[in-house]
Amino acid sequence: MGHGFKATRDGVSVHLDAAEASVLRSLVSSMVLDVVEPGETGDDPLERALRIGPAAEPTDPVLARLFPSAYADDDAASTEFRRYTEGDLRDAKRTDALTLIETAVGGRIVLNPEQAQAWLRALNDLRLVLGVRLEVTEEIHEEIAEMGDDDPRYPAFVTYDWLTYLQDTLVQALW
Amino acid sequence: MPWVTIVWNDPVNLMSYVTYVFQSVFGYAREKAEKLMLDVHQKGRAVVSSGTREEMERDVQTLHSYGLWATLQKDG
Repeated sequence: MGHGFKATRDGVSVHLDAAEASVLRSLVSSMVLDVVEPGETGDDPLERALRIGPAAEPTDPVLARLFPSAYADDDAASTEFRRYTEGDLRDAKRTDALTLIETAVGGRIVLNPEQAQAWLRALNDLRLVLGVRLEVTEEIHEEIAEMGDDDPRYPAFVTYDWLTYLQDTLVQALW
Repeated sequence: MPWVTIVWNDPVNLMSYVTYVFQSVFGYAREKAEKLMLDVHQKGRAVVSSGTREEMERDVQTLHSYGLWATLQKDG
């Protein structure tokens, strides 16, 4: 886990060993792709053609965090906004997740600017999903330090911390 | 400019990432982006852009694509 992203002449690069790459692909697949349904949903053919999606705020806290309401104080406007935008947003998140899964291989990975942006957003989506599930707070480092490694939450928190490190080094490499 | 976009604090989004997103999405200089990020972090929320309702809906949609918790509302 000692390797983060670095800026290179032709983009950004990172070294992942085979196990790390496998963990990353599997997490993005199960935590993002399996959770975010494709944008085209609903049974009404006209609504499908116009890409009109669901109206209600998701009840699952993970989905509510990935697809927040756009208006804090206007439910009707939020509903309208969601119907016309959530489908595209879901597809965009799925595309980013798939880009990461296709490019996360063991060894040295070089990402072009477009792939790097996809990784940035996909790592963030994954951290949001894990963060909501683990109920992380801003004191996560103190929490991990106080947690014994026999704590059942320990592996998930350490994994979250590794993803944070990867994302932070990716931001630094892109700056 | 009667409408504003607001970004809310959350415990997951990294300070570096939020600053980077403000720079990329709005073209803000790093100093301005960092100040807005710190406002979000310390005050719990910050107004990050203002304009027409349509422009703010576009900004909110873009910020949601980056996983930031953004909303729009009438100014004032």
